Amino acid sequence: MPHLRAVGLLFAAVLFVCGSWMIVSGALGQGRDAKRSAARGAEGLAAWEQVYSVLTHPRCINCHTATDYPQQGDERQRHFANVVRGPEGKGVPGLNCASCHQESNADSTGVPGGHNWHLAPLSMRWQDQNDRPLSSAAICRSITDRSKNHNLDGPGLLKHHEEEALVLWAWQPGRRLDGTMRTPPPLSHQEFVAATRRWVEAGTPCPSGR
Amino acid sequence: MSSATTKARDQQLDRRNFLRVTASAAGGLLVSLYLGSPSAAQEGGPPNPQPKNYPPDAFVNIRPDGHVVIQVNRLEFGQGVHTALPMILADELDADWSQVVAELAPAGEVYKDPVFGIQMVGGSGSIAHSFQQYRELGAKTRAMLVAAAAKRWNVAPEQCRTQESVVRGPGGQSAKYAELATEAARQPVPANVRLKNPADFRLVGKNMRRLDSRPKCDGSLKFGLDLDLPGMKVAMVAHPPVFGAKVKGFDDKAARELEGVREVFEIPVTRGGTGVAIVADKFWTAKRARDLLKIEWDFNGVERADTTRLREQYTQLARTAGLKSIARGDAKALDAVAASNRIVAEYEFPYLPHAPMEPLNTTVRFDGDRAEAWAGSQFQTFDQMAIAEVLGLKPDRVTFHTEMAGGGFGRRAVTDSHVQREAAQIAKRMRGTPVKLIWSREDDIRGGYYRPMHVHRVEVGIGADGMPAAWRHVIVGQSLLVGTPFAMMMKDGVDNSSVEGVSDTHYNIANFNVSVHHPNVNVPVLWWRSVGHTHSAYVMETLIDELAARAKMDPIAYRRKLLKPEAKKLHAALSLLEAKSAAWRRKLPKGHAAGISCHESFGTGVACAVDVSIENKRPKIHRVTVAVDCGLAVNPLTVESQFQAGVAFGLSQLMAKGAITFKDGLVEQRNFDGYVPPYMPDAPVAVDVHIVPSAEAPSGCGEPPVPVISPAVVNALSRLTGKRYRSLPLVAL
Amino acid sequence: MAKYQLNINGQRKEVTVDPSTPLLWVLREDLKMTGTKYGCGVSACGACTVHVGGVATRSCMLPVALVGERPVVTIEAMSEDPVGRVVQDAWVEKDVVQCGYCQSGQIMTAVALLKHTSKPTDDNIEESMGGNICRCATYVRIRAAIKVAAGKLK
Repeated sequence: MPHLRAVGLLFAAVLFVCGSWMIVSGALGQGRDAKRSAARGAEGLAAWEQVYSVLTHPRCINCHTATDYPQQGDERQRHFANVVRGPEGKGVPGLNCASCHQESNADSTGVPGGHNWHLAPLSMRWQDQNDRPLSSAAICRSITDRSKNHNLDGPGLLKHHEEEALVLWAWQPGRRLDGTMRTPPPLSHQEFVAATRRWVEAGTPCPSGR
Repeated sequence: MSSATTKARDQQLDRRNFLRVTASAAGGLLVSLYLGSPSAAQEGGPPNPQPKNYPPDAFVNIRPDGHVVIQVNRLEFGQGVHTALPMILADELDADWSQVVAELAPAGEVYKDPVFGIQMVGGSGSIAHSFQQYRELGAKTRAMLVAAAAKRWNVAPEQCRTQESVVRGPGGQSAKYAELATEAARQPVPANVRLKNPADFRLVGKNMRRLDSRPKCDGSLKFGLDLDLPGMKVAMVAHPPVFGAKVKGFDDKAARELEGVREVFEIPVTRGGTGVAIVADKFWTAKRARDLLKIEWDFNGVERADTTRLREQYTQLARTAGLKSIARGDAKALDAVAASNRIVAEYEFPYLPHAPMEPLNTTVRFDGDRAEAWAGSQFQTFDQMAIAEVLGLKPDRVTFHTEMAGGGFGRRAVTDSHVQREAAQIAKRMRGTPVKLIWSREDDIRGGYYRPMHVHRVEVGIGADGMPAAWRHVIVGQSLLVGTPFAMMMKDGVDNSSVEGVSDTHYNIANFNVSVHHPNVNVPVLWWRSVGHTHSAYVMETLIDELAARAKMDPIAYRRKLLKPEAKKLHAALSLLEAKSAAWRRKLPKGHAAGISCHESFGTGVACAVDVSIENKRPKIHRVTVAVDCGLAVNPLTVESQFQAGVAFGLSQLMAKGAITFKDGLVEQRNFDGYVPPYMPDAPVAVDVHIVPSAEAPSGCGEPPVPVISPAVVNALSRLTGKRYRSLPLVAL
Repeated sequence: MAKYQLNINGQRKEVTVDPSTPLLWVLREDLKMTGTKYGCGVSACGACTVHVGGVATRSCMLPVALVGERPVVTIEAMSEDPVGRVVQDAWVEKDVVQCGYCQSGQIMTAVALLKHTSKPTDDNIEESMGGNICRCATYVRIRAAIKVAAGKLK
């Protein structure tokens, strides 16, 4: 994915430079609004690629699987001990997420935890059946599809990224069993929220393609 | 069993030391019938306030309340001897089964295995070796009770009958065993007794539920790890990361600052290495303290095993002839077979940990001139000796309690007693304080004593009839016996435990050549449930299946054609398997295939058929039918259980993460996330077990379930995928 | 060291332990309740399963500081529990145990399953019990015993 992201960023930068030049040129033609919105769209797409880099990080995507199990670790291995999704994404009786994951991290024993620990619903899967992350375009389409995302509009998505406990957990992921810290996503939470805001303000544009 | 057989067996046992033991113990009474004061049962012995059988001289204790306490002369760790041995004794004794209580005997001369000559569990020999012993013990005890009653009533013993712990006389007299115990203890121990006609068995051969079931279901049963003694401390040891490495220096400042840490000191560990022991009030403190230790290790002169390199080395070695195990027929016969009629197959098997559920542990208290130890041990005799040696005591100064063990599979039968030695080293330092040494799961997974890695190379020349005409087989693997007290069992450098199941195959192959290489590797190795058969049966049974497929013959028919006629148990098992599985094998759903295998080990013939499909890229085992010829099945319910669960245990070999690997001397797995044994979804959904009716002497059932399952499953997989599976674990299908 | 008031099998228990100590070791060493077993220490085997706030919980990785007010129920209370007793009886009837070391955890997990799903299907059983290791691999009889217990529960 880093390749895709780099291409996206380059594309956005080119558009941004072009857009700036057009504004500076002071042209007051009919195309101005359209061009402005194109620039905004480009900026939004660049912001989306930043968001995408976080969503596909193991701290996030491990619980957005397409299969009937969560993943764990930076290697995104299948969760050990045959942990399964269950009807509500919280495991099954006897083997619930809450059988191990508490309301907060248990650093002395290396178990991550947060409020209402669960798997994202299958409608919010960000991987294919072979555990490969979906493309930027595919995740973007899915995340903006209100029939799949609990009917969240742009501001709703922003609020989700700003406040949801399990989203916030990704930046406080606690210690592993060996005492080392879990890797956080590539952006800080602040940067992630800012990128989400730019993307939302640009009208949640999605890259074209599959 | 006829009385002639009985007599012959008496003599056989006599030669093997058993009756010598009973004779010498007879003065102190082999069979102690305690009532109130045990001195009644221990002539000349000092009154002992606790009628506990130590020093050990007793198998049976008939208590005043009617309970019949029977000592089990070996470890119970799942195999069911804690029920089966008392059944055998109680049957001959005519004891009231509802009143029978089983106890695990401590280490003692009288509890040694009558065949092996040491106190141990191994080789699936518990029932096979002690069947006659426990029958005689029961019959002799009964005879003494009858003699006491006859004397009391002034009748002939032959006129008395026994049933449900009661002796009945000819004139309607009756006396409970408990009432007769004191008088019975004064009767001479009969030298010979008449054993029951098997037709009269009331317990043996019946489905009897385990005596230890309820306390294992309500949490009340105490395993070794559950032991709690006044003032007891807990110890853990930081082991060297490479076997044999030594502590160069260590910083324990942070560790000692933890509240509850008592001592930190260096101790010797296995393979000439040293480690750092932590003694603390509790486990969690000891574990945290160990994590805080900063140890510098000295790896000087220590070989660093690496399984990738070993695989290459073994594969090369397998292309050369090794030490001769067997050479039958014409050694050149293979060369005469055209290349198109030959199969050349190279197999790889990884190191395997036993990983019993209860992590290894031993508790020792050293009091200067004596010591007391508690351990779930398969080798009481060796473990007691090892503790004594470390403490500078004679073995009889170490009271050794056999604790219930949470599994073992061979891991608690270690000739160098390395866990007990560590515990004794720590107890020596902590004189007067009982210390429980606990190995964490990580210690266990990384601690060595694995089933050794093996490579097999087999060349088969196929005859015109589709049967193997020539067979050349080279096996490469570390010896289990070299450097142990069992090394004397090796012949011309060949460790039979590496070649068993191949060299002694019951298949009739005229030109048959088996040789073996035993490389030295710095990895401690150990027998893993069914020992050499874990890999040898896999090789034999997958190749035989391949040959049957090439010959376009039914796999059962092919095997029966190739087996020697004298392999009666295997023929019986295959015949029963055919009868019990033919119907379902004919009606398999689409995407399913049947796999067959058979193998004899530890005197027991086993054949099995499996129904397998592929789900989520793994084998899904819907059904297993097992046919067993184990002679007389003493407790068929336990035999069934051993096979139902034992085949699932055997699937450990096929698990995707079912291996221990080394990189630069370090074990790459650490717990059940990296080494994954079978969980319920990996196990067969259903296992039906069919026992060949037999009046022959009982043979083992602990290990024989393991060898057959893996080859049967991959034989089915081969039918589904067309591939051959010669490398374990089964990472990809 | 810190003081904790725990609710164990309906009884108030006070312990003074390091906050990082897993509930498992508090039960086993401080409260001398050894029915709950240590198998792996990393939540991979389920031998340490207890019920915390009604949820089957792996006590080996639950620091005592995170237990809070939630009631803890262990294998020692199962003989008095209506579902627990039925499950234990089924285990004895089907002669499930071999070494028995994992069975406290198996039973605690099965009770959690049956309290939620009184008539479990084969798939339910395989999923709910799928994270408990029985190294003896008595899985066929565990399945059978759960079905026997389910048959006896309303």
